[in-house]
Amino acid sequence: MQPGRIVFIAAALCGVVCAVPARADTIKVEIKNLVNTPATVNAKVGDTIVWTNKDVLQHTATATDKTFDVLLPPGKTGSTVVTKAGTFDYFCKFHPNMKGKVIVTP
Amino acid sequence: MRISVYVALAALCLSPLPALAQSAKPTDPQIAHIAYTAGQLDIDAAKQALKKSKNKEVRAFADDMVKDHSAVNKQALALLTKLKVKPEDNPTSQALTKQAAAKRAELAKLSGKAFDKAYVDNEVAFHKTVNNALETQLIPSASNAELKSLLQTGLKIFQGHEQHAEHVDAELK
Repeated sequence: MQPGRIVFIAAALCGVVCAVPARADTIKVEIKNLVNTPATVNAKVGDTIVWTNKDVLQHTATATDKTFDVLLPPGKTGSTVVTKAGTFDYFCKFHPNMKGKVIVTP
Repeated sequence: MRISVYVALAALCLSPLPALAQSAKPTDPQIAHIAYTAGQLDIDAAKQALKKSKNKEVRAFADDMVKDHSAVNKQALALLTKLKVKPEDNPTSQALTKQAAAKRAELAKLSGKAFDKAYVDNEVAFHKTVNNALETQLIPSASNAELKSLLQTGLKIFQGHEQHAEHVDAELK
């Protein structure tokens, strides 16, 4: 391989690496009286979603396609790092009438 | 035979809360007693299930019923203490208790899958009955705003339980 070509590949690789956001964000969702607020959150791949459960009941944030399943004991927080793009509807396993949505963009 | 027993029991559970339908608007102390009693009866039912069932989903559901209803009743007692409301026994609470005792005796005779199915079916029916009573009678009749608000949160929780029970029921089929 010619030196020029290596430089080109290195530059291309850097382009890929540098395109990834420097810092992942933390997105917060609060649960109170069986309501996820905000009900819909927007995230980028690599972001962390943190749920804070302010109820005296145990909840979960369980994606309908099982992408994530976070147990949320009363008064505690739980989190997941979103690793793929898509729209993820989630619910509470114990109270399936509690719903929310995470929209993940690349 | 078994089916007819289920149908009869379901009919019994789905009938309006006894006594309430005919009587005048329940008072706050009576409403508090009915809601607390319903929670306690569901805890008792769950404890029986935890003793008898070996099904993972059924046990997880029963465990959640014990936790949720205990937490809600604890909140209810705290509120009643704060409001200086003393829960007052009444015919509706007594009828609910009597029905639940009959159901527990019925379930005690069953085991294995038959028990699981009967327990979960009754949980769906029991929550439906209580939710209907909360929506149409207890919440509209509650005069204290904090009590009303607690009942409204309770309704959301119990509607969740009803759906959860329906999911477990579907798994058992």
